[in-house]
Amino acid sequence: MAENVTTTPLDNADGDAVSGVEIQLNEVTKRYSGQREPAVDSFTMTVPAGNIVVFVGPSGCGKTTTMRMINRLIEPTSGKITIGGEDALSLDPDQLRRRVGYAIQQAGLFPHFTVTQNIAVVPGLLGWDKKKISDRVEEMMDLVGLDPSVFRDRFPRQLSGGQQQRVGVARALAADPPVLLMDEPFGAVDPITRGNLQDELLRLQEELHKTIVFVTHDFDEAVKLGDRIAVLGNQSKILQYDTPDAILANPADDTVAGFVGAGASLKQLTLLRVHEVEMTQAVTAKTSESVEEMRKRIDARGGRPFGLVLDERGRPLRWVHKRDLASGRRLSEAGRPVGDLVSKQSTLQDALEAMLTEGGGVAVTGGRGEYAGVLEMETVMNKIRELREEHGDGADE
Amino acid sequence: MSAFTAESGSRSAERGRLFAQPVAVLLIVAAVLVWAFTTDLDTVEQESINASSILTYTWQHLVLSVVITILVLVIALPLGVMLTRRWAKPAAPVFLAIANIGQAAPAVGVLVLFFLWTGLEGVAAAAPPIAFYALLPVLRNTIVGIQQVDPALVDAGRGIGMSSGAVLRRIELPLAIPLILAGLRTSLVLAVGTATLAQFVNGGGLGEMIDTGYKLDRVSVLTVGAVLAVALALLVDWLGAVAERYFGPKGIG
Repeated sequence: MAENVTTTPLDNADGDAVSGVEIQLNEVTKRYSGQREPAVDSFTMTVPAGNIVVFVGPSGCGKTTTMRMINRLIEPTSGKITIGGEDALSLDPDQLRRRVGYAIQQAGLFPHFTVTQNIAVVPGLLGWDKKKISDRVEEMMDLVGLDPSVFRDRFPRQLSGGQQQRVGVARALAADPPVLLMDEPFGAVDPITRGNLQDELLRLQEELHKTIVFVTHDFDEAVKLGDRIAVLGNQSKILQYDTPDAILANPADDTVAGFVGAGASLKQLTLLRVHEVEMTQAVTAKTSESVEEMRKRIDARGGRPFGLVLDERGRPLRWVHKRDLASGRRLSEAGRPVGDLVSKQSTLQDALEAMLTEGGGVAVTGGRGEYAGVLEMETVMNKIRELREEHGDGADE
Repeated sequence: MSAFTAESGSRSAERGRLFAQPVAVLLIVAAVLVWAFTTDLDTVEQESINASSILTYTWQHLVLSVVITILVLVIALPLGVMLTRRWAKPAAPVFLAIANIGQAAPAVGVLVLFFLWTGLEGVAAAAPPIAFYALLPVLRNTIVGIQQVDPALVDAGRGIGMSSGAVLRRIELPLAIPLILAGLRTSLVLAVGTATLAQFVNGGGLGEMIDTGYKLDRVSVLTVGAVLAVALALLVDWLGAVAERYFGPKGIG
């Protein structure tokens, strides 16, 4: 039945990876009878197509309720919700949900279904034929990094928490929905697995460009995953809706600032990569060269009396001070070994950490470990100042 | 009451019983029959203790048990499912109370009252009251079995687009099956045992032999009837155990 329907923005029956669609919530309100205050009060937001928007806020603020109104697990009392321009409230709820991916905490896998059966549920509901479903299941397992030949026939309890969560994501994506709702999906796994799953989700998103609404109470997770973050207060009031950068640099009010917590600047550094900031060049010499040669270069350069010794393949080996370069010594033994290195792909937070152990600038390497430059503490501090000023101006307009 | 919801025994003990129970039952039955047929029987005894009578009584007993089972399933299962739906939840205590009364009241009393009230005879008179007496375990275990399904699974099912009927059929019922089967097993044992009372309303069954043996003071007839009734109950219990083992959902426990 999914094969022949007219293509609306919600339909992706052909299984191609297409970008997500825009979600609009307009004055959406949820009142429960017997409660004076609405649980969600006049919530208006546009979730741009292909973005990850993270709802973050204290427990009980209504963020989950708001998300569950998008697929109508909770019916809004009033307001309008459109998904890709289509009025979600006028569709049959079951039909709507088959076209909106849904992943929840602890995966919610059906314990008496195998991995295959779990992933195949939504395609089955959409009436795909057997061959197409089994192809799709294999594809999804590959996508989330589970070997089909190993995991196909396992039951959920035979999987680790992280693997279950992967299957949960695969199930949510199986019918290739343009929109994905994720309700604290990584809340119940250990921190290391959670980090891996987050990286994995970002990698998937680079490929798939879905529109993802992600609910969490963990602000660090929001910073890592979100293209935009909505910090929500009571009754799902939007306290700030902006990029992670902007929220970290310039929280809208004290509540948001409190939620961002201490160390906003440090968190901001996780958003920046080393290759995005300027590097300086140090004086370098290879181990095969002489100490005199290196001393000459340091003198010629002026500035600080330091240099970096590289091995024959150009990888940083040792830091040397001019006074270490007494005649007769070999460069491979002068100075002290390089302690910590960062790559161009490292975050500035990693770089700062390395600087603290190195006691100053840190050597940066390229893809094959070759020397690429030196990152100075000053550069990092200037970058933070720059960001604050940038977003500060934006907020004053 | 809570005993009905507990799954019986540890796994290895259960496995041992799965083999030992039917073998022991068959041996005992064989021993009793051999003893009954090889002793000198007077004419009264011969009336009851002959192959055709024994087969008839046993067959009647089986038919009665099957009818009771069907009644229990047809009433208790849908009722139990219904009472877990959100719109009917408030009614659950009422129905459980009624079922409790059914089980608390002496089976003979319920049986005779039903007979007096309806004027029916035979299986039609015996099966409904015995079913009423035996349905509590299935009703209660169906309700508990469905209620203990993790609400997150129901939420996940609805959230990915299953209708509420599909969630019931594909998620809730399969996951409740171990408890429902455990309840059914208890109900069946109650039913087979209580079916010996059917002879009060002309319902036949092994109760006839027990009654005859008692009234005419023939221990052999009494013994054969009683042993066969016990053996039937134990075999039904065994079938229940086998069903629990092989019809439960895969991937659990």
